[in-house]
Amino acid sequence: MLGRALRLTKTRIGVAIAGAVIAVAVVGPFVASPPPDKVVGPPFLDPSSGFALGTDVLGRSVLSRLLNGGWVILLCALIATIIGVGFGALLGIVAAWRFGVRDELIMRSLDVVLSFPPIILGLLLVSIVGAKLWLVVLAVALWHAPGSARVVRSVALEVRRRDFVQMSEALGVPTWRIMLGDIVPNVASQILVEFGLRLTWSIGLIASLAFLGFGRQPPSADWGYMIYENLVGLTIQPWGVVAPIALIALLTVGINFVTDGIQRAVVGIVRDGDAG
Amino acid sequence: MPARAKVEPTPNLVERANLEVLGLRVDLGATGVDIVDEISFAVGPGAVTGLVGESGSGKTTVALALLGAARPGARIVGGQVLVAGGDVLAMSPRQLRAIRGALISYLPQDPSSALNPSLRIEEQIHEALSAHDFGGTEQARRERMVAVLEDVKLPSDRHMLRRFPHQLSGGQQQRAALAMAFACRPRVIVMDEPTTGLDVSTQAHILETVRQLSSDYAVSVLYVSHDLAVISEIADDVLVMYGGRIVDEGPARDVLGRPEHPYTIALRKALPEVERRRRLDGIPGAPPMPGTRPAGCGFADRCPFAEAECRAAEPPLVEVRDGRLIRCVRLDAVRQAPIEPATPPAAPAPATSDPGAVLSVTGLTAGYGEVEILHDVGLELMPGQCLALVGESGSGKTTLTKAIAGIHTDRSGSITHRGTELALASRDRPPEMRRRIQYIFQNPFASLSPRRTIGSIIAQPLSLLLDLSRRELRDEVARGLDQVSLRPGLVDRYPDELSGGERQRVAIARALAVKPEVLLCDEITSALDVSVQALILTMLHELQRDLGLSLLFTTHNLAVVSSIADEVVVLQDGAIVERGPVEEVLGAPTHAYTRALLADSPKLVVPR
Repeated sequence: MLGRALRLTKTRIGVAIAGAVIAVAVVGPFVASPPPDKVVGPPFLDPSSGFALGTDVLGRSVLSRLLNGGWVILLCALIATIIGVGFGALLGIVAAWRFGVRDELIMRSLDVVLSFPPIILGLLLVSIVGAKLWLVVLAVALWHAPGSARVVRSVALEVRRRDFVQMSEALGVPTWRIMLGDIVPNVASQILVEFGLRLTWSIGLIASLAFLGFGRQPPSADWGYMIYENLVGLTIQPWGVVAPIALIALLTVGINFVTDGIQRAVVGIVRDGDAG
Repeated sequence: MPARAKVEPTPNLVERANLEVLGLRVDLGATGVDIVDEISFAVGPGAVTGLVGESGSGKTTVALALLGAARPGARIVGGQVLVAGGDVLAMSPRQLRAIRGALISYLPQDPSSALNPSLRIEEQIHEALSAHDFGGTEQARRERMVAVLEDVKLPSDRHMLRRFPHQLSGGQQQRAALAMAFACRPRVIVMDEPTTGLDVSTQAHILETVRQLSSDYAVSVLYVSHDLAVISEIADDVLVMYGGRIVDEGPARDVLGRPEHPYTIALRKALPEVERRRRLDGIPGAPPMPGTRPAGCGFADRCPFAEAECRAAEPPLVEVRDGRLIRCVRLDAVRQAPIEPATPPAAPAPATSDPGAVLSVTGLTAGYGEVEILHDVGLELMPGQCLALVGESGSGKTTLTKAIAGIHTDRSGSITHRGTELALASRDRPPEMRRRIQYIFQNPFASLSPRRTIGSIIAQPLSLLLDLSRRELRDEVARGLDQVSLRPGLVDRYPDELSGGERQRVAIARALAVKPEVLLCDEITSALDVSVQALILTMLHELQRDLGLSLLFTTHNLAVVSSIADEVVVLQDGAIVERGPVEEVLGAPTHAYTRALLADSPKLVVPR
């Protein structure tokens, strides 16, 4: 399926774009010099000053901070999405297995969570416990779970009614083995699509929370917080704001292209010339 | 698209035929490999031409091309399709829209997906009429709607008109679709397997209606089917397609009465007959897909008469006598081949000394909640016997087999295996019992998990019900594949790499792997081509004899019953109406329902 998705030009472009941004975020901290929190000159120098992207509000190198500020967002988004979609998928599959009281109970309680706007949910949790990074991750994950559960449940419901599941039941295969062996593999591709889609949301959401000050705490670099810090100097030195925005946007677009390719492969729009 | 030479149809041709196809070629746009080529035929007013072949032979491609349509990836690159004298393939999209439905219409296979579920019947038919502004006035369209519903033998009262498709039976749906196709009085109707999913009695009525409409209104019909028996009941002329070519064509009387192309002969041999029990000969292998066709004759790889010359060049379609064209260079050899001795009957099931029934069902009543489907049903399955369970859809035959298998649990009454009462659900039965009774589903496309390898599918019941080492497991899987004549290399493949027939073999191998005593087969050949069905039935029969299996075989096809079963039970509306040895029940049916089923079953009749 991944191979089929990769045959699409769009998927390849997506892999290239997302891969480049991820490379910047991962390799960046090792090659950045001077250190991201070192003041190297006056604030808001433009790129002609000798620093590739100029300096920021406190006179630190924008390039250094850019190279250092990505991996936390990326890692947090990844963990939040894995937890959220994973937990949601589990709930969805369990709900689909026994439609009835248990299904209703799971789905209605998820609806309650779903009714909170994500930023409000995040702010609520953070204002109770304090600005902890793990809490941001947890809040984002919590917000992803209900939506993923819905999508996975609807697909699992259809798979659950197929003959091969009945066959396994008739053979007396234990329920957990039917779920792992028959249902999960047949909803895996949809879970993957859901994962890709929600990963881009996570990135946006975590960057937004960082912009609001609920991310990695200063003086550490963070793309979301960089936008906030350098906003005052937007008219004199736009790079401090534009560069992190551009990277976040590129990453989102890239991941979306890949997800779209996978989705097409799952639905079967990409096929070799089959006819008869 | 290459420029097409503009050929004016000769006037007398227009008089003779509503539909004339000349040198039609459809290819795969990306590679230029042909899907069908050199397709030429004509259908006169009031005539029905049958187009027959296995799946993958190019039938649907031809049917769609007649309306100027091609599936995604395919394109029509050559030839002419003259409908009432106008070339469909030279028309603009606007012109095509104008003639589709008005001059030439299409009736697809599955009526439940052909009708828009959110439109009432009157809206569906009205849409077909108003799209072409039929009759000019609303009044005329209303009158036409009533008339066409009468023509297709549907009631035209308000009650019927206000219904939605899901409120109709399958037969009624197909009649409504037929009414839509027929609404604007087209000159040509293309029908793509329109009765394949229907019961035999419904099928017989639809065939009769089509026949009558065609002759009453001088409509030309192209009837596509994989079933020679159905074709023989409706067609005046027959086209046999294989590998994207017409290989045999002529009047139905000639093609069916004197099959001379090896493929036509093979198709006939694969067709089970209601009247007599005989050995079925399937056609091994599968039709070649576009791009993988052998050089020369496409059928050579599966043909018993093939010689080197067959593979050297593609044989031409030659007129062998008046109106009969055959594409075969070995025709003389085929004609000289000795005629098969009068159908050797399949060996009877071995008599067993075991007197008791292996499975007995008494007072079984089953349903879904309030709805009762089976009423007080009882039957006995003897060791080594093949018992056929016959009935139309909705008769409860699937519910009965699923109740025995422990998949359908909403039932009362008793089901015993050698005197031991079986629990409602199979998971409550001891593993030994689950091993002894195995169930095979109707549709091999749904019964195999697409994400499991063939090896893991066959190993599933083995590892669950028997205590085997890894090595033993592997050996058993290999033995299972061998038993159903599948290549050992398939172990690591996934179901979507296999054909329908191969998948059903895998399903059979899975059921046989644990060495069961009773095999419950639920319509296991109804989703397959006749040529594949013959192979599966023959194989199943041999396995049954060799392994001493007891078979409960569900089907709606009486011809299948007569070729495999020892005894037959006829179910109508959830109750048994007749039972007995196959020869007796099919030879001299006593119940009116059995007689009706028998009369409606399509039979290969050679028209005079």
